[in-house]
Amino acid sequence: MGIVLLVGIVVVALWFVGAYNKLISLKNQVANAWKQIDVQLKRRHDLIPNLVNAVKGAMDFEKSTLEAVIAARNKAVSAAGSGVAQVAQAEGQLTQALGRLFALSENYPQLKATANIQQLQEELTSTENKVGFARQLYNDVATSYNTAQQQFPTNLVAGVAKAAPAELWQIEDAGDRAVPNVDLKMS
Amino acid sequence: MDESGNLFAQQESNRRRSFWLVTGFIFFFAWVGFGGDIAWYLMTSGPAGGETRAQPLGPLHSPHTVPFIGIVATLLAGAICWYSWNKGADRILWSTGAREIFEASNDQEQRLINVVEEMAIAAGVPRPRIFVVPDPDPNAFATGIEPGKACIAVTEGLLARLNREELQAVVAHEMAHVRNFDTRLMTLLAAMVGAIALMSDGMGRILRYGNVSGRGGGGEGGKGKGNPLAIVILVLWLLTLIIAPIISRLLAMAVSRKREYLADATGAQFTRNPLALASALQHLDEAAQPTRTITQGAAHLCIVDPSGSQLSAHEGWLGDVFSSHPPLRLRIARLRGMGYQLAKQAGQLPAES
Repeated sequence: MGIVLLVGIVVVALWFVGAYNKLISLKNQVANAWKQIDVQLKRRHDLIPNLVNAVKGAMDFEKSTLEAVIAARNKAVSAAGSGVAQVAQAEGQLTQALGRLFALSENYPQLKATANIQQLQEELTSTENKVGFARQLYNDVATSYNTAQQQFPTNLVAGVAKAAPAELWQIEDAGDRAVPNVDLKMS
Repeated sequence: MDESGNLFAQQESNRRRSFWLVTGFIFFFAWVGFGGDIAWYLMTSGPAGGETRAQPLGPLHSPHTVPFIGIVATLLAGAICWYSWNKGADRILWSTGAREIFEASNDQEQRLINVVEEMAIAAGVPRPRIFVVPDPDPNAFATGIEPGKACIAVTEGLLARLNREELQAVVAHEMAHVRNFDTRLMTLLAAMVGAIALMSDGMGRILRYGNVSGRGGGGEGGKGKGNPLAIVILVLWLLTLIIAPIISRLLAMAVSRKREYLADATGAQFTRNPLALASALQHLDEAAQPTRTITQGAAHLCIVDPSGSQLSAHEGWLGDVFSSHPPLRLRIARLRGMGYQLAKQAGQLPAES
């Protein structure tokens, strides 16, 4: 009888350790995924001045739009490092400003004759994709973490592991859902 | 269920099936290795342990407590596995003539680098090394026993034929193989298949030459009579040895197919765009030339069977069991099913009238 009890205690202890470690691992994955987003957002912020310079010559008359893009970019840079919601909002506004800029670039055929436009298009597409995938990974991992915290029996360990639900990167505004269509091709 | 599950359900189902297949394989391997030992032990531990015989005691007469056969089999598989894990990736890449991309030399390569980096982010793994194989036939493969040491290779034919979305889907499929440790698993299984083939061959030789020199036939008969169980096990084991090479290959191919489906579904999770992979597979199906630079040894690592084999096009039983890849049409059907589920979730389907 004593042996059975002992074995039972050992099993429970092992389970406890396993569940605790799993929560810690997920928490660290979430933090890592968030940092990955930071890296990609910084890339995006760094690329925007190049973009604006590349189109400035041709789009002289669209000063207000260009300035709006730079302003949104600066706001996003300053929002970096604060919580999920603030960053999501600032980045969403930057996406919208970029969308307006690309829509306007349709009116400037001489833009398409500018050198390096193909490379720029690829860089921009890739950057937007990377931000998107980093966000997706973060949401996926955060969801796993939240699910693990809520599921029985791991939720019993959640308090000890100091596990707090991670905030997902929601898309607030329907306008933000529209990925800017980067099309600077000749057609 | 299979064609209609969403990409998460499909991943779970494929993981479960490959787990049971691998468990079955391990038990099969254990039987091939230790079955002979069990029979031997039973035969030599009978009541007439050989002491009353006039003949001198030999290895076939003394009690057999150390399972030599099983140990040898395990060591053999372990050695093959260790060698493949450490040297295999380099050898395969070298044999295809692949060249590594460090800096893009043209737009296509820049696009490839960007796509691989995007998928590495989506998969949550470090960026793998990128290689291009100078073959006009479209194909792609991934090697590397763990995400930190992974290499992804695509052929020039693939780069030329697919658009950005489709390229992204193919790279996502390969990254899925990397993240699911498929190379490690398939190399382990290939090592076990190799060890079984060697053992089957080796045992066959021993038994043939053993019979010719009349290995203590009289002594064996006298002891064995007392233990029918030993005879039964011995016979079963010998039969297994004869068909073991085929059975082990079938099991390994079955696991390979499940992992291919799993990689399709995991890749679709990365891109959230299963239809892009379906479209890419369709292009690959149309260009069904063999990829000559990729040998059979690396076949299971590719996205489509490099032998351009019509075997994988058939959906009958024979095609199913001997092919390392599932039939392309079934893969495309499952991907379309996932696409349907995604569209339904996003509310993009037209309302039912």
